[in-house]
Amino acid sequence: MANPGGRFLRGCVRGSDPLGAGLRTVALCASVAGSALLPARAQADAPARVVSINLCTDQLAMMLAAPGQLVSVSALAVEPQSSSMVEEARGIPQNYGQAEQVFLLRPDLVLAGAFTARATVDLLRRLGVTVVELPPADSLDDVAAHLRLVGAAMGREAEAERLVARYEADLARLRVSAEPAPAAMYYPNGYTTGAGTLADEILRHTGFSNVAVAAGLAGGGILPLERLVMAEPEMVVTSLPYPGASRSEEILVHPALQAVRERAGSAEVTDADWICGTPHVLRAVAGMGEARRGLDAMQLSQAAP
Amino acid sequence: MSYRGLLAALGALVTLLFAASLLVGPAALGFTESVVALLTGRGEAVVLVMREIRLPRALLGLMVGAVLGLSGAAMQGFLRNPLAEPGLIGVSSSAALGAVIALQTGIAAAFTLALPLAALAGAALSVLLILGLAGPRGGALALILAGIAISALAGAGVALVLNLSPNPFAAMEIVFWMMGSLADRSMVHVALAAPFMLLGTLMLLTLGRGLDALTLGEDAAEAMGVRLGRLRLVLIFGTALSVGAAVAVAGTVGFVGLVVPHVLRPLVGARPSRLLPAAALGGAAMLLAADIAVRVIAPDRDLKLGVLTALVGSPFFLHLIWRMRRLEA
Repeated sequence: MANPGGRFLRGCVRGSDPLGAGLRTVALCASVAGSALLPARAQADAPARVVSINLCTDQLAMMLAAPGQLVSVSALAVEPQSSSMVEEARGIPQNYGQAEQVFLLRPDLVLAGAFTARATVDLLRRLGVTVVELPPADSLDDVAAHLRLVGAAMGREAEAERLVARYEADLARLRVSAEPAPAAMYYPNGYTTGAGTLADEILRHTGFSNVAVAAGLAGGGILPLERLVMAEPEMVVTSLPYPGASRSEEILVHPALQAVRERAGSAEVTDADWICGTPHVLRAVAGMGEARRGLDAMQLSQAAP
Repeated sequence: MSYRGLLAALGALVTLLFAASLLVGPAALGFTESVVALLTGRGEAVVLVMREIRLPRALLGLMVGAVLGLSGAAMQGFLRNPLAEPGLIGVSSSAALGAVIALQTGIAAAFTLALPLAALAGAALSVLLILGLAGPRGGALALILAGIAISALAGAGVALVLNLSPNPFAAMEIVFWMMGSLADRSMVHVALAAPFMLLGTLMLLTLGRGLDALTLGEDAAEAMGVRLGRLRLVLIFGTALSVGAAVAVAGTVGFVGLVVPHVLRPLVGARPSRLLPAAALGGAAMLLAADIAVRVIAPDRDLKLGVLTALVGSPFFLHLIWRMRRLEA
């Protein structure tokens, strides 16, 4: 996700690596998985016991798994602030991602995030467990690639293709072609997401331009509040506050930011649907598309009298 | 330089730094554009930046620095010890503990004044403890040891409360409470802290004559009609009000109360009554300068204020200890 706090809590994060790196990792993972699981391989050879230790692989695996195939998901999968599939995850035992616990589940396949729990992944591999690592999704295309990757690893290629087809059709349907309106993603501590991120692609797909990209940010980074105000975004998308108090989140209720949001007349929040590269991002895309059309309607009504 | 001349020079310096603080920031705004926006309210986004982001920051720099310098001078006058400083002897960290408890228990969200009041309570408790442990006649050693113990305890309390918070950001803010910052503060914070700081400042400024008399010793002061009990009470509440409110919005900024009175003392003929207003102006100048420096050195990083004041302050502190060792030997 898009802030340092989220990095700790949430399994699926994106690093600030340049655009190309993430895609290269996808290709690498795909080729590794592909060599182990040839397309012609029979369904019977599919891993019978799959354990996921990352929020994003949790959700992909839940969508793809055959009944009983997924034996455990990470504890984050049942956190409503992080997971889009809390209901589905409740029926599956949760793990905390430590090697010992995961190994005792006797998995044939472990699904992990590329930037989380390095030591755990290394240890599991030394113990002879097959681990497939999934890099964070940096684009809307990555969602399809990740579905195929996890589907191949789990021996569920047909299911993956079905989901990909539906995802791509829905994504095309949800595209908003309009004059890009400037928008900003704004998180605690003034963190924002720039070029080469999933959030940026969601903005561009729904008729917005990202002011962080205009400010020269690639990946995630800090955009001082002053510069956000001067960019005059017509839409500010912020995150939901965590329980408890923090000074970091106070910036989201700063009077200057609130003035910008009031002027914009519309405000959206990011939630679990924005975190992972799964078909659930379509809900985020739909929400932003709705907001974009609302912006046009508001400007029309202001222009009318 | 005459005393009036000194105050005028310090006043001019503070004005200059206040103006500079308004003109420095990550959004590169033109000079005329910013001044016009600030004064007339023309130019939508620029007005927001000037009035809602930079003005509260400059105001807080001015106020927080002034109360830290002033309370340092007042405590040093009362304890007749140049090492007494709110940051060093744990008053600031106790205020931070009060503030953090108010924030994390949710009292601060339920009732607006709870935040400064809790910080005030923390500060008052620590001043009482310090005066009890080190006493008005307590030597430097007792003062510093008591201060270290209270600082460590309050610091540990802050870290504990923030680590136990359900909010993932809270634990990362330990450094803010220990080092202080004015980044992204708003007029809400100014309004919250200003009345407390103003009241505390007025209380501390009345102490001048009593502190002057106290330089001759407690007996002489009492003979001159100074009521020590009352003096002590005003000092405790004045310091707690001003430092508590400052810490509640800006975190703990150390060394201002140590360095500023130390530099200015020779210039005012070592008279506490003259040092108090001069130290308030000097503190404001030091904090404004530090806050400008953090924005110039690392514009996008929220470098903490305490980092800069400690870089300047620690050598002073070591120098003071060195001189006291020579005097005691």
